[in-house]
Parts: sequence; C-alpha cells; structure tokens
Amino acid sequence: MTVLNEMSITFESRSSNEAFARSAVAAFVMQLDPTVGEISDLKTAVSEAVTNCVVHAYRHSIGTIRISVRLLPDYTIMIRIADKGCGMEDVHKAMEPLYTSLPEEERAGLGFAVMQSFCDSVSVRSTPGKGTVVTLKKRLSPRYANG
Amino acid sequence: MKSTMNGSELTLYVTGEIDHHNAARIRETADGLIQQRHPTVLRLNFAGVEFMDSSGIGLIMGRFRMMQLYGGKLRVTDIPQGLRRMMELSGLTGLDVLERSRESGDCTE
Repeated sequence: MTVLNEMSITFESRSSNEAFARSAVAAFVMQLDPTVGEISDLKTAVSEAVTNCVVHAYRHSIGTIRISVRLLPDYTIMIRIADKGCGMEDVHKAMEPLYTSLPEEERAGLGFAVMQSFCDSVSVRSTPGKGTVVTLKKRLSPRYANG
Repeated sequence: MKSTMNGSELTLYVTGEIDHHNAARIRETADGLIQQRHPTVLRLNFAGVEFMDSSGIGLIMGRFRMMQLYGGKLRVTDIPQGLRRMMELSGLTGLDVLERSRESGDCTE
C-alpha cells in the first residue's frame, strides 16, 4: 500500500479531547484541499468513534486512544481509531442502528450508523478485554488544485 | 447559553459544537430551565450550531421526552444546512419536532 503521508496521535480518553481529536484529523487532511462537506463528514465520523472509546471502551477508567491517519493515492483517507479498552462481545449488535448499551445516558445508538453514512467504509475489529480498532475510509472528490 | 421566555414559550439559543462533552452542559441548562419555568413549548434554536455528532440527536430525543413528561412540545428551529444529513439519519424527521426551514421549505429532503 502506497502511503503518501501519515500522522498519528495518542491522547487520554477524556471527553474534553473529543473536539481535539476531530480537529487534529481535520487539520491534517486539509492538505488535500477537501470541501467543507467532506471535512465535516470526517470530523463527525471521528467524533463518533472517539466518543465510543470515551463512553464505552474506557467506561470506568481513563485509557489511551490512538488515531492514525494515512493519506493514500486517489484522495483516499484512511483513519484508524484504536483503544485498549473493554472491547465488544458482539460487534454486529453494537453496529445496529439505534442499539445502545447506555440508553439512560441519552446515547442515541447511532455512532456506527453515522460513521457508515459519512464514510465510504467502516471496519471494526474488537476483542473483549483487549480493545477495539475502527478503520474508516473515505475518498474525496478529485481536486483540481495542485496537491 | 442565551434563553428567552415569550409567554409560556421558552427559546434556547444553542451555539458552538454539540458533542458528547458539550451535550452534558446544554442538557443541564435546558432541564434546569424546563423544571423551573414549565414552558408549553421549548424551542431549541440551532442557528449558532457549528458542529454536531449523534450526541446532538440524544440531546434532542432527551428534551423531547422531558417536554412530553411536562405536557409540552419541543421544536428545533433554524437548523443549519450542514446538520441536515445527521437529522435525516436519526429518524427525527418523522417526529414533527424539526421546524421547516425558510430557504428550502423542508427538512426531510
């Protein structure tokens, strides 16, 4: 896989870092000259994934979240959000729209549905007790400006 | 957060970014005012919202239930164009809480 550019960040699973995480990813992707809509889609998807880490993976503790972003050929962006939290027994159930394990906290159960809607592909690998890796891919519309 | 009371109708002007972190603060303010003033209509004016993830949907759903509990109604108004897809995805468009916007006439398209 040809990687044109890459960055990674690690930060603590505090809710105050949700804004930091999506802004950092957006700032890195800006070099591809994305549209306002594309940046908004990416920020939303990253926000969902990071919130899952804060709310579910590290529910009773503070742990580390690692995000890596790769810029691939053809304006394709690959974002990997990894935690070492509780993991999920049933990934398919977790990904069902409107399913949430925490209805009392006003979680809408839409996190994965939003990621799927705002990105081209979403893949999830999770091991109970070990953690979860969410990989988002999105291809930007071709740019005419010099990349 | 700015709020105005007009008769028995309460309007809250939500600004900035609605994510899981910020939703908690907005929820506390809104619920405090609902319990204090018992409005018949709660309007959440979203004109100043710059970003929203699905935490915003949870926030709207929660206030919808809260207003139902008090026998009132919830309206979400002045929804920026950029938040529409999220609103559509949430199924909120079927709940009759999203106010039709002036420019396009409909939130569901």
